[in-house]
Amino acid sequence: MVDGADAGFIELDRVEKVFEVRKKSGFMKRERREVRAVDSISFRVARGEMVGYIGPNGAGKSTTIKMLTGILAPSGGRLSVAGIDPSRERRHLAHRIGVVFGQRTTLWWDLPLIDSYKLMHRMYRIPDARYRQNLDRLVELLDLADLLDVPVRQLSLGQRMRGDIAAALLHDPDVLYLDEPTIGLDVISKARVREFLREVNTERGTTVLLTTHDLQDIEQLCSRVMVIDHGRLMYDGPLAGLHEAGDSERTLVVDLERELPPIEVEGARVVKVEGPRQWLAFPAGTSAAPLVARIAAEYPMVDLSVREPDIEAVIAKMYAEKAAT
Amino acid sequence: MLDGLRTYRMISVMWIRSTMAYRASFAMTTLGNFTATAFDFVAILLMFSRVDALGGYTLPEIAFLYGLSSVAFGLADLCLGSMERLGRRVRDGTLDTLLVRPAPVLAQMAADQFGLRRLGRVTQGTMVLVYALATVDIDWTALKLLLMPVMILSGAGIFAAVFVAGAAFQFVAQDASEVQNAFTYGGTTLLQYPPTVFATELVRGVTFVLPLSFVNWLPATYVLGRPIPLGLPQWVAFLSPLVAAGCCALAGLAWRAGLRSYRSTGS
Repeated sequence: MVDGADAGFIELDRVEKVFEVRKKSGFMKRERREVRAVDSISFRVARGEMVGYIGPNGAGKSTTIKMLTGILAPSGGRLSVAGIDPSRERRHLAHRIGVVFGQRTTLWWDLPLIDSYKLMHRMYRIPDARYRQNLDRLVELLDLADLLDVPVRQLSLGQRMRGDIAAALLHDPDVLYLDEPTIGLDVISKARVREFLREVNTERGTTVLLTTHDLQDIEQLCSRVMVIDHGRLMYDGPLAGLHEAGDSERTLVVDLERELPPIEVEGARVVKVEGPRQWLAFPAGTSAAPLVARIAAEYPMVDLSVREPDIEAVIAKMYAEKAAT
Repeated sequence: MLDGLRTYRMISVMWIRSTMAYRASFAMTTLGNFTATAFDFVAILLMFSRVDALGGYTLPEIAFLYGLSSVAFGLADLCLGSMERLGRRVRDGTLDTLLVRPAPVLAQMAADQFGLRRLGRVTQGTMVLVYALATVDIDWTALKLLLMPVMILSGAGIFAAVFVAGAAFQFVAQDASEVQNAFTYGGTTLLQYPPTVFATELVRGVTFVLPLSFVNWLPATYVLGRPIPLGLPQWVAFLSPLVAAGCCALAGLAWRAGLRSYRSTGS
């Protein structure tokens, strides 16, 4: 356990963000409606932690990140990052944080990659020696050497993402925010990005907060996960606990030799049949192996795969359960 | 302020360097910019092949107005022309990337994609102005000479304020870049002709509401020894620097308000 200032390195205290949406409701008439994008969220992140921040689209993830970077001012509550009030001292905070927006680059689109880094060097007033050292290290770890002279717009998504991550780390930030860092990346690029992030977190002690749609990002990177939906914090704890809390199910997809009636087997139930392919749901907490053995013993199985529950499903279940109690 | 200038210089220098990496392309686009703007003046020349005067002004006098307007606007366009893209950046969310950097957003925005090719307009305007000065009949006094650089700098300041205020307006209305163009490009075209060819209401509008007439009309009529528009007192011709400073201050406030509203709504 970390104590003192380091325990609340990032701290949110009943933070709210209310947007006013104006909707046309007839000729010249406009209806005003309040949307609570973030509804009284409180949490603390200790220095050096790596936390996943997940939730479906429109849950309030990006709004939270925008408040933590100082882009947006909160409507209520207090937040601090490294002892700084983000929206009041946005430019001061900028020196302490690195931000990667998965869908938009922070690099200068038409300039060669290296020019963006040169600009960052001067804009963040990074000491020369430090800059060179960091750049060399990042170029090596993220395999950017061949890309430095290429204009950013000509980079592939995966290359650009690596370029963006390097840009976010040049000035040795204490906190790294990643908004969907693996979105749209192929398997190899994803693995590379994850491996690098793990290294930054363990070696530099950089606090990392990442939003994602991809449960695998969380599984491989984060010891702690926070789930947000409808602007509220639904869950805050280890990933394993999330599955329990959500009472979620994994799916076993079985390809049989031919079309057969739904498989009857203990510990799972068929949820869908499509020709020779059948989908069986079973509790996420149990092992798939005995189940597969039981099915293989009685049915002519050709192929199989196991699918992890997606975040939306887990959260939907969690939500339903909260409503029921 | 200093931080803003430092940021501006840093980013614009990077763009100039990158532009200069492709010299041929730079030469072509600058020439294009030059030619496109030169057509305005060709149109005036064509008119003068039929008439001897326009609104009571001779060709050299109109060239004088034209040159002042083009150079002043060209300088503002060179420095701040990129502001026009603000609405698009708000819409596609890339403005956020400027907000997470430790530098003023206005400077980052203004220096982004710094278009050195816009020197084409400045060059063309300067050439017309030189032609005007060589041919126009002016009784030069020390005061009139002094008024020349003052006019150009104040004019650039007024147009700069229009660019910034227009961008600030785009925080609220993101598709308003056309509105902005009406006042910037439209404004400079208007000022290329003498005030006497326009309706009094229009001249009043660009004097008291959007004070574009302080760019060249009011001070230039003094230099040319022409009656000042709207029957205003003579000393109004010397107010351009004050008007420019006032416009810039107002534009700065508008920019702040715009940025603040963006940060509280996140539209």
